[in-house]
Amino acid sequence: MYLSREEEGIYQGEQGETLRRMMEILVALGDIYGAERLVPVRSVQIAGVSYKNIGEAGLEWISDLQGSVVVPSILNPAGMDMCRWQEMGIEEEFALKQKETIEAYRKLGVTIDCTCAPYQIYKGLAGKGDHLAWSESSAVSYANSVIGARTNREGGPSALAAALVGKTALYGYHLDENRLPTLQVKVEADLRGSDYGALGFLVGRIVKDGVPFFRLRGLRPALDELKALGAAMAASGSVALYYVEDVTPAPPGPWQAEETICIGRKEIDEVYAQYPGGGADVVALGCPHCSAEELEKIAGLLHGKKVQKELWVCTARKIADLHPQLVAAIEESGARVYCDTCMVVSPATERFGKMMINSGKALVYLPGLAGVQAGMGSMEECIDVALGRR
Amino acid sequence: MEIKCHKVASGSARGPALVTKDAISFLGNVDARTGMVVDPGHELFDQCIAGKVLIFPGGKGSTVGSYVIYQLKKRDLAPVAMINIRSEPIVAVGAIISGIPLVDRVAEGILRVLSGTLVEVDADQGQVRIFGED
Repeated sequence: MYLSREEEGIYQGEQGETLRRMMEILVALGDIYGAERLVPVRSVQIAGVSYKNIGEAGLEWISDLQGSVVVPSILNPAGMDMCRWQEMGIEEEFALKQKETIEAYRKLGVTIDCTCAPYQIYKGLAGKGDHLAWSESSAVSYANSVIGARTNREGGPSALAAALVGKTALYGYHLDENRLPTLQVKVEADLRGSDYGALGFLVGRIVKDGVPFFRLRGLRPALDELKALGAAMAASGSVALYYVEDVTPAPPGPWQAEETICIGRKEIDEVYAQYPGGGADVVALGCPHCSAEELEKIAGLLHGKKVQKELWVCTARKIADLHPQLVAAIEESGARVYCDTCMVVSPATERFGKMMINSGKALVYLPGLAGVQAGMGSMEECIDVALGRR
Repeated sequence: MEIKCHKVASGSARGPALVTKDAISFLGNVDARTGMVVDPGHELFDQCIAGKVLIFPGGKGSTVGSYVIYQLKKRDLAPVAMINIRSEPIVAVGAIISGIPLVDRVAEGILRVLSGTLVEVDADQGQVRIFGED
């Protein structure tokens, strides 16, 4: 791999041991994936934040690092609401370790916003054509597909390496040649809301790591719906880039689908039928993190009502802080708006038997990562379950 | 015998070989507190990887495996060096952040070296030396 004189110097240790190792990570990955050179990144989003996932091993590594990030860098969700963890039922021992983890990142100059949807709170992190080093699979999908930026799905250390060096290796989704659709998905149904999560759940399993090109009919999907679609495909498969005809930025050149798959109302409804909400003892919304629009919708559905079961609404702290009246309206019903975390990465989920959700991504992860059964429905159905109407 | 290889993580070390044809998932296969291989389905089950030159085809499994390698190193329970047929990101990143020499792109014949044979890895020179097999 080609290194500039400055990069070579860092690789040889001229700027200290931490940077030398970080450069070694970038070069090793570049070699493994056949990168020609490094490329500067506009921003970094770092996974490996929830203490539940990284454990003592990860915390030790992050705490030992020296130095400071050189590009805007933000974090994935943590294992708890950093302020209201007690209310969530998080144990003190875990809370201390989680706080230590966040402090270790803060010391490196990372902005302490814990969210899987950074694009909802900072518009300046990614634009069309920008190279990024993002980790969270749903954010990677959104950046590549909806924004038209370029990022691979980074692991925790390689994202931190990119943050400290300001560069990443040029391979994979940074290159046009890997950004062409590999198959076509015809959707013969009018979709709304959680249907996009169900669609992603189905398509990810078929496409695996391919690049699907969707032809939809009916209403143009909202940004929240694209967010749900990408998140589900990144979880049930490892889709990091997709296209929607006349909606997302177009592919970078001519392409031919090797295969076309068709999804109709029947297939979508089968997902709901396979994961019914009955018997759920908790309801959670906000995977990926709720936008302000979603908070508004939830507040509207809960207006004047009281929940009978725990209802979590997960979002970024910045969004909650900007919309205190929406948070208050939601909590008036007895529901809780939790920030910095979500039902997938928090150990607080583990005390439940079955969780009702409206997310194709959570549907994939809850049984394996939290040992909790999942029921899937629309946002309205989820709220009905929380209100004891179903 | 000397073999050319490709450097992934810098450094050099020598030690007794521990060889397996099974890929290793450091999260799950190896106990970070003891350095023992704890997965009964793994060829190296019940063996300790500490202080060895660990020779295996490559890594697999969760990316948290990189941190497990780091934790092993901090407790002096890590291999002194590692040799892969083809490195993948989990082991590569784990070796780099831990300062464990790692090389790859060697012929599969390396997996026939007997465990216990003295092996030297010099990542910076791109060389593996196997003693007592000439």
